[in-house]
Amino acid sequence: MEARSVPSAARLPLRERLRELPAVQWARLHPESTAAGVLGLLVLALLVAYGVHEVAQTGLSGLTLGSVYALGAVGLTLVYGILKLVNFAHGEFLTFGAYMAFLVNVTWGAPLVLGIVFAIAATAVLGIAFERIMWGPMRARKAGLLQLLLMAIGLAFLIQNTVQFIWGTEIRSLDVNVTDTVEFLGLRIGRTDLLVIVVGFMTLLSIGVMLKYTLLGKRMRALSDNFDLAETAGVDTSRVVLYTWIFAGGLAGLAGVLAGAVTSVKPQMGFELLLPIFAAVILGGIGDAFGALAGGIVLGLMIEWSTLVIEPRWKVMVGFAVLILVLFVRPQGIFGKAKAI
Amino acid sequence: MTLPLGVTFESFTDFGFWTSVGILAGTYTLFTLGLQLNVGFTGIVNFGQAGFMAIGAYTMGILVVKYDWSFWLALPAAVLVAIAFGLLIGLPSLRLRADYFAIATIAAAEIVRITAQNARELTGGNQGLFGFEGEWDNVSDSIENGLQSLGWSDPETLFPLFLVVWATVLIATALLHFATRSPWGRVLRAVREDEDAARALGKNTLVYKLQSLAISATLGALAGFFLALNLNFLNPEEFEPLFTFIGYAVLVLGGLANYWGVAFGAVIMWTILEGTRFVDLPLTAEREAAVRFMIVGLVLILLMAFRPQGVFGKKEEMVLGD
Repeated sequence: MEARSVPSAARLPLRERLRELPAVQWARLHPESTAAGVLGLLVLALLVAYGVHEVAQTGLSGLTLGSVYALGAVGLTLVYGILKLVNFAHGEFLTFGAYMAFLVNVTWGAPLVLGIVFAIAATAVLGIAFERIMWGPMRARKAGLLQLLLMAIGLAFLIQNTVQFIWGTEIRSLDVNVTDTVEFLGLRIGRTDLLVIVVGFMTLLSIGVMLKYTLLGKRMRALSDNFDLAETAGVDTSRVVLYTWIFAGGLAGLAGVLAGAVTSVKPQMGFELLLPIFAAVILGGIGDAFGALAGGIVLGLMIEWSTLVIEPRWKVMVGFAVLILVLFVRPQGIFGKAKAI
Repeated sequence: MTLPLGVTFESFTDFGFWTSVGILAGTYTLFTLGLQLNVGFTGIVNFGQAGFMAIGAYTMGILVVKYDWSFWLALPAAVLVAIAFGLLIGLPSLRLRADYFAIATIAAAEIVRITAQNARELTGGNQGLFGFEGEWDNVSDSIENGLQSLGWSDPETLFPLFLVVWATVLIATALLHFATRSPWGRVLRAVREDEDAARALGKNTLVYKLQSLAISATLGALAGFFLALNLNFLNPEEFEPLFTFIGYAVLVLGGLANYWGVAFGAVIMWTILEGTRFVDLPLTAEREAAVRFMIVGLVLILLMAFRPQGVFGKKEEMVLGD
């Protein structure tokens, strides 16, 4: 150690020299604590600068947004982890879900709950359908990365524009109450936003429990870790793959409805949500479902908190900035293991 | 009862229509040549080409409109800025796996677009940036006069741009074609086929990948100039990720690892995108637009499923297997 670093330390590239710093070495060994520490410091700074009330109020919006991101991110990360597919059409699952809810909730005039259930079911079916038609056969042919990537983009075009063909580019909204607010502890939150947070967190919690404790969840994580090994160990992989699409589709459908309920429903909504969802996935470590949950919530909070400091029209940049920053500093994400990246 | 489908054939024989399709096809040929060099010959999946296009076009526009630079000086400056941006993005992210690189580049391109949308004082935001084409118009006029002296009484106003775009395409394609046959090009292909092997032979593969990205950024910036001159204004909407994906559709239509195929793919693509405007479908404009992109999506899916190397591509050069 001494002999290596003393003569050449000055000539080492900056990246290497930074790695030698004790603080950086500690951070590399304890990424979760470091991330929590950095986030804690940021929150502390915001609290000092803007006061508890402002931070809590924007934090509530952050939780709403974060629920949508987290729900979208879990499915995207599971599909990546298990099928090694970077699904650029995942955003369109959200769009599809939102329009399914629109169909039930507005066109047919049924309550939103039915719309949510229908959207989840329909998007899950869509996920299975494309697995059967496209992804399954392509895996069997051992399709390459570029092939799958471009197919996913083609699929995104197809779904988004089919939606646009049927419903047009008009911006629509679900039949929800957007004016009623609930007040507690001096904070004010829209009833719909509160509903989104409650439904989102309950779903995320049950998904977390499912992944951690049920046999199916363990199998999913096993496949995500090492597909071939799991198959050799006797896991019925084709069944797990099917459930993966059901979860990815269903959760994306739900995320789409929730996003549509708090903002609006339009054909590009899913693609606009896709990059922040990617950011959440990468923040948590691609392939890591728990990481995606945490990444989604954290990203939602960061984006909304950023509006305290910068003009709201710039807040979309926060998602991209986080994405690029994580890729540069720690591409395996906060919870990810340093595998081949 | 009338037929639901009617085609106004005059438009297909209309010279002005083909001139504008030709300019778009030429512009996106340049755009996609960069992708061909990156994806087809170096094995790096650049999803940020629309961002390079935006950097090139907006740097040129801002320098001319806001800082009163000469148009001819702004062009090389904008190319340099695009290259610098490419290196800035490439240096840290080219170490990553291909799929991560794709996501990093698309995010970088979106940062450029959203900056263009929000930095209104500089870029005009969604209102657009106007008034940079004055010096080009003089050149365009003298080409038009030249055409008239050759005996063409009333040339299309956009025809000079068409000529310059396709001359640039021809030069760029030929240069790339020869460059890939050079020792430098062989190293690029080695990087694509087996990066570890190239490194074991003592090649600094990161440098070669950065060079590939820098050339691609240059081509993206050139495409941005022609887009700007064609539209006479700049708007962030012209640089959505959609256009990078159209570039990929052009790329696989023409075929991977084939520079001449790019022009073919671009002409087909823009004939589909623009030509279908003249097919009288009993549909609203937004539905027609939707149908066009449904076709693009379907073509991408079917090509990737059944002929991943594209029409003129070579299967043995289709890599990125994992």
